[in-house]
Amino acid sequence: MRLLTARLSARRRSRFAGPVVLMFALLLTGGLYTALSPASADDATSSDTDTVAKGRELFLVGCSTCHGKNGEGVDSTTGWYGPPLVGVGAASVDFQVGTGRMPLAAPGPQGADRRHVYTDEEVEALAAFVASLGPGPVVPSEEEYSPDAIPEDEREEAIVRGGEFFRTNCTACHNFAASGGALPGGKYAPTLQGVEPKHVYEAMLTGPQQMPVFSDEVLKPEEKRQIIAYLRNLEESPAYGGAQLGSYGPVSEGMAAWVFGIGACVAFAVWIASHTARSTRKGAKA
Amino acid sequence: MSTNAKAAVKPAKPSKIGAAANYADERTGMAGLAKKQIRKVFPDHWSFMLGEIALWSFVVLLITGVFLSLWYKPSMAEVVYNGSYDALRGLHMSEAYASTLDISFDVRAGLLMRQMHHWAAMLFIAAMFVHLIRVFVTGAFRKPREINWLIGGVLLLLGILEGFAGYSLPDDLLSGTGLRIADGLVKATPVVGTYMSFFLFGGEFPGDLIIPRLYIAHVLLIPGLLLALIGAHMMLLVYQKHTQWPGPGRTNENVVGYPMMPIYAAKAGGYFFVVFGITALMGGLMSINPVWRFGPYNPAEVTAGSQPDWYMGVAEGLLRIFPGWETSIFGVTATWSVIIPGQIAPMLILTGILFYPFIEAWITGDKSEHHLLERPRNAPNRTAFLAAMMTFYGLLWAAGGNDILAVLFNLNLNHITYFMRVAIFVLPPLAFWLARRWCISLQRSDEAKLLHGYETGVIMRSPDGGYSERHAPISAEEAYTLMARDEEKVYEAPAGTDLNGVAARKVRVMQLRSKASKYWFGDNIRKPTREQLEEARAHAEHELAIQDGHTNGHSNGHADGHSNGDGRQPVRSGSHAAPAAIEGRSSTDPGSSEK
Repeated sequence: MRLLTARLSARRRSRFAGPVVLMFALLLTGGLYTALSPASADDATSSDTDTVAKGRELFLVGCSTCHGKNGEGVDSTTGWYGPPLVGVGAASVDFQVGTGRMPLAAPGPQGADRRHVYTDEEVEALAAFVASLGPGPVVPSEEEYSPDAIPEDEREEAIVRGGEFFRTNCTACHNFAASGGALPGGKYAPTLQGVEPKHVYEAMLTGPQQMPVFSDEVLKPEEKRQIIAYLRNLEESPAYGGAQLGSYGPVSEGMAAWVFGIGACVAFAVWIASHTARSTRKGAKA
Repeated sequence: MSTNAKAAVKPAKPSKIGAAANYADERTGMAGLAKKQIRKVFPDHWSFMLGEIALWSFVVLLITGVFLSLWYKPSMAEVVYNGSYDALRGLHMSEAYASTLDISFDVRAGLLMRQMHHWAAMLFIAAMFVHLIRVFVTGAFRKPREINWLIGGVLLLLGILEGFAGYSLPDDLLSGTGLRIADGLVKATPVVGTYMSFFLFGGEFPGDLIIPRLYIAHVLLIPGLLLALIGAHMMLLVYQKHTQWPGPGRTNENVVGYPMMPIYAAKAGGYFFVVFGITALMGGLMSINPVWRFGPYNPAEVTAGSQPDWYMGVAEGLLRIFPGWETSIFGVTATWSVIIPGQIAPMLILTGILFYPFIEAWITGDKSEHHLLERPRNAPNRTAFLAAMMTFYGLLWAAGGNDILAVLFNLNLNHITYFMRVAIFVLPPLAFWLARRWCISLQRSDEAKLLHGYETGVIMRSPDGGYSERHAPISAEEAYTLMARDEEKVYEAPAGTDLNGVAARKVRVMQLRSKASKYWFGDNIRKPTREQLEEARAHAEHELAIQDGHTNGHSNGHADGHSNGDGRQPVRSGSHAAPAAIEGRSSTDPGSSEK
């Protein structure tokens, strides 16, 4: 112990001493807080009307500026300031607010997937309120979107079919590896890697922002689930060829060829050319 | 290894290699031929090895290509996939795509070979470009090497076509999308477009003939042409001997460097393994064209990030940014938005590249042979032209990947297009002007070095309190190198009539040429004359003597520091290391000195 303190004290003037002590202090405070603070009250028994009422309160604070106090939309001379939400359904709210696209962080061509402002319960309440304005697509159950719900023996076929649906309907904007693509006017199709199955399903169902609606008549619910199964397979299958280079196709490959390939070749050329011939006579060492 | 004294000294056995060589010579008489070539001299400089990258990656392409051809099936017949890749099993696809999947997943080392082949193809064309840039910027295309420049240009074109054919063979979604664009380019030809397209595809796109046809082009026709032209390219290189940088002992009449055997063979041969190793590493570590992700070609599908391989990126960019112009004449639609960027512009660019040496020779009126390279700064217009062309190329290249740029850098796709439409006209001239002025400034710096010496970094204080930096003369070798360039002569157009009053022909052309020549050479810094140099030398010595008089003792070290190695002097490989070989060159009959 003495040795330890001696060692520590010898380093007390090190330039890392300050940050290290700070880290320890932060860890201690945070740890104590987690250990001692009271667990948050869990009250999931509130009724539907309560949820709608709670959702309305949240809506008035966070959404009504653009969408109107009753979700009727706010019109402006250049188009909708915020579109009406009557009939968009709970699924739409769950997607937009659940992925952090709404409330919109800033006006722009497209709302981006940003920090999630609302908790799951709050999103649920908002969705219940908007759903109460008019009938619309409901939030899908896990059974509907989860690839795990597909029976084991049908899963492989589902993935193959999902791939076909994906390539026919989705790759044109979202890219072959679901890594996203550009659309005109600063809009874009975001990456689908790491997006929750529920949100992918809801996006197809409601067609948020630039995306077209793939209604249940166009893509049946099980076909949507197959697409999600294919997406998960894409994420989970190993990178067979090696580093994926962003999965952007030939552009990043070309860059790699120039930077790594030609770069390394030229570096070796410089190395070879900078070495002169060294001649040693035979037997000179013996 | 302590000693070998215990063994008795025995006469050396004739070496096995020697015996084998003797065997071969007695039967083929190769020695006569080899004797001459075996001591062939190659100058040593890293930039002279850039063409080798292309050569060696071509060898890698041949090796891996043979491997792939053993399993690849050039057929568009429809089959049901039953290989090991789960996510596509049971789908209908062409045999070409199914066999590509088999190579990737079921053939041992197949994916590695496929990826090595593809990476080597990217390197092959990239290396040709880099080599072209080196040859261009050093003026190595000048007489007598214009023919080899043309061969090189054709090689580049063939390499690109070969690459495009290979890109189309897997018959995945990208292949088909690329072919669809090719089909569009062909169809854009006025009047005969559709006929040509039907002829090419054997009917309506995509048909079931294009893959077998492209396969024959890819494995037989174009590689055969490539091999023949590479052979011609290298035979001309051997015949004309390699160019070299100017320097002490290096003249237009000789080649200073190392002989083929044993040194250059080891260097070049070793470099093959380096290039092979780099392609193997790339093939093993970096994914390229993951065909299983694109899926089989289906004309109803397309994917974001559909781009050609990098060497077609310029054509792609041109196509992407071109305004959608179209006119209808007598019921025939002329789609200018495809004809101009897809057919006319590439032809213009290619013609420009191929005929550049002749254009420059016409402007400079230079008819002499050049075996010494020109430093880029000493030909400002050429260097500037290259800078402009590279800017142009780079912009179009970026335009070809506009969607990827938009995604990665949060840009607006339309803004990129608008920017590029203006930039390809504005930025290249700007690059030209910048590079030209930069070259001329570097010429000034060379002149200052010759006449005033280099900056030593030693600050002197004069008795009256002024400060000045001491300049010391550069070494004789460096001075020689700087002086070893041609004296330029601005072409003067002949007067309208000669002494006898006969009107000269083509006066207009001559005047244009004179103007061009004036612009070409006009701003160059003239080489200092002998008198100027001698005067500068005397002046420098005088100056140094005065300064040394004022600084006591240690200053002597500075005074002659430039001549005994203060780290500023260029170390000449030829002069101090192993004796370099010198080969003669006669300008009228190259190679005669070796007989």
